[in-house]
Amino acid sequence: MTGISRRRFTQGVGAVAGIGVMGGFSRAVHGQGRPKVVVIGGGAGGATAARYLAKDSEGALDVTLIEPSKSYYTCFFSNLYIGGFRTLESIGHTYGKLASDYGVNVVHDWATGIDRDAKQVALAGGGRVPYDRLVVAPGIDLIYDSVPGYSLEASGHMPHAWKAGTQTALLKNKIMAMPEGGTYVMIAPPNPYRCPPGPYERVSMVAHQLKKTNPTAKIVILDPKETFSKQALFTEGWQKHYPGMVEWLPQSILGEIQSVDAASGEIVTDLDSFKADVANVIPAQKAGMIAESAGLTDDSGFCPIVPATLKSTMDEAIHVIGDACIAGDMPKSGFSANSQAKAAAMSIRADLLDARAFPPRFSNTCWSLIDTDDGVKVGARYEATEEKIAKTDGFISQTGEDAELRKATYEESIGWYEGIVADMFG
Amino acid sequence: MRGSSGRRRGIWRTLGPVFAVAWLASGGGAEARDALLEQGRKVFRQCQACHQVGLEAKHRVGPYLNDIYGRRAGTLEGYNYSKAMVAAGQAGLVWDEAGLSAYLEDPKKAVPGTRMNYRGLRHADDRRALVAFIRQYSPGAANIPEAPPTAPLVAPDEDPVVPDHVLAIPGDAAYGEYLSSECVTCHQADGADKGIPSITGWPAERFVTVMHAYKVKARDNEVMQLIATSLADDEIAALGAYFETVR
Ligand SMILES: Cc1cc2nc3c(=O)[nH]c(=O)nc-3n(C[C@H](O)[C@H](O)[C@H](O)COP(=O)(O)OP(=O)(O)OC[C@H]3O[C@@H](n4cnc5c(N)ncnc54)[C@H](O)[C@@H]3O)c2cc1C
Repeated sequence: MTGISRRRFTQGVGAVAGIGVMGGFSRAVHGQGRPKVVVIGGGAGGATAARYLAKDSEGALDVTLIEPSKSYYTCFFSNLYIGGFRTLESIGHTYGKLASDYGVNVVHDWATGIDRDAKQVALAGGGRVPYDRLVVAPGIDLIYDSVPGYSLEASGHMPHAWKAGTQTALLKNKIMAMPEGGTYVMIAPPNPYRCPPGPYERVSMVAHQLKKTNPTAKIVILDPKETFSKQALFTEGWQKHYPGMVEWLPQSILGEIQSVDAASGEIVTDLDSFKADVANVIPAQKAGMIAESAGLTDDSGFCPIVPATLKSTMDEAIHVIGDACIAGDMPKSGFSANSQAKAAAMSIRADLLDARAFPPRFSNTCWSLIDTDDGVKVGARYEATEEKIAKTDGFISQTGEDAELRKATYEESIGWYEGIVADMFG
Repeated sequence: MRGSSGRRRGIWRTLGPVFAVAWLASGGGAEARDALLEQGRKVFRQCQACHQVGLEAKHRVGPYLNDIYGRRAGTLEGYNYSKAMVAAGQAGLVWDEAGLSAYLEDPKKAVPGTRMNYRGLRHADDRRALVAFIRQYSPGAANIPEAPPTAPLVAPDEDPVVPDHVLAIPGDAAYGEYLSSECVTCHQADGADKGIPSITGWPAERFVTVMHAYKVKARDNEVMQLIATSLADDEIAALGAYFETVR
């Protein structure tokens, strides 16, 4: 299959269509001639891409999704679990429908390498999966040593909880077990990182939980940045709902973080040393390892792409979507990844199946919950220019909004969650 | 919005989109909400012969109406329902906006065999007000995590009139299908209404009218304003043509 030309694909597909089996996802269309599209990573980007590729090609593409986890826990709404607004089960999703309803071959394994010359993906289990087009959507990996003293092992004591699931549960358990009047310290990440408002929504949810269970506890944010997303909204919310509980220290005050010690919970900075009863360390980030090892990243640690198609600038046969790519003005969010996945899927179908291609549409909205029924949002639209995916228009919630609007905003976010997970997993 | 003739599609969902959009669109207005609840309280007088609601409410001829919102029909403990009502619940009737509205409009039609002896509440305004009133006595998203949204519905004023030449633009449904992939990041493709209104199966003209209302910012949800202003008139027509076909 590898090395076959696009022309022959088109002929193959034409023949399949000619005998009239284009109507559904039936196994009958599993002919030999179908172009193979492989997707690495079944998150917000990858699951959406796999579903749209399979759904819209109606069986004309052979779609394989490689994802090690049987259950995907969404980072989105994982903060709400910490705040007590969701259960962990309610943010877990499986890939059953992608396989049964859309005919996606779901392979639960790690991709360990991409042989770009042979157009094959190597699996940890030993197999090799050939592709004609590859979608790389592995999300982020953490640069543990960007925080001196932090490591994979240390994350068992000082959870990052920046990938959802066991890490999130660990962090919550630690917060619930915190001594009375204890201190929760977050080391926030430097730019660029996944979910710009995420750390600050998390602080809000931790504060909400502590206000109920441990009202004399304190929260300290050690931030390597000077400003952050939705800053005015969060600061206003913390003053209103959690007065005196949250302290935010930007880099200009803090200086550098010298070291963290997982055993003692001690965090030393230029300013002072902090003793954390619970430390939540969110280090710097880069594209998922597989993208780096395949040579798809640049000096930034992320993958440059062609804005309109999400094609890697390093390899015509590969599209990189979601947190792993350099998406111009788009933030690293689940909403963005979902939006990019559809543009990439359309471009792939246009190339492999001569399907109709329309101009891609990109948008993003990020909702954050500050306290019960107090939701805020920020959103924008983007357009693919020659250089980048560029912001064209946007909005943000205002400080001082009335309670009713905030409640409506929160309820809208519940609807969005239901919508996007249905759009990812069917 | 008022008096718009939503085409009937299955009893439970008949009024869902109309209502749900109405409240999201409004985005606020405590006064409008108070007025709606007051109207609902008045309409409820018709129900009081048989139903109670509130702190001391008990089952009477009909079940009490506390906790009704978001529940499957025929499932409150301690009330002896008709077979028809239990069966309707098992078949999927839920007392959400759409379910309640359809039932209140014509109980015997919505649940043939119901024991509720009531001719039906003809005016959409009255139904909307009554549902908003009853809804206050059900758990809210605030105190029950993961509960469906429970904010009362507030009707916007009439949407601005869309010029005939815009309404007359023929929609390219295939293009609309492509454009719709952006809508379904938030709206459910299968038409369910889970906090963001259902937009499937709307008459195209109504879809176009609502989108234009966002476009000129007569409706005030920022996400929708952003989407609507990014769409040309023919793109809105395409979406209308597509969503009309989705049921
Ligand atoms: C606390 C928090 C809150 C957030 N809240 C929001 C929010 O409210 N709204 C929002 O839009 N976004 C939010 N985000 C951001 C959002 O979660 C990410 O931007 C989004 O998940 C990115 O999607 P992705 O597909 O790029 O990566 P992911 O969703 O991380 O998916 C990557 C997948 O690839 C798999 N993978 C990795 N490497 C390999 C490999 N070698 N082989 C096979 N599979 C592999 C992983 O197992 C994973 O399932 C939040 C993030 C955090 C941390």
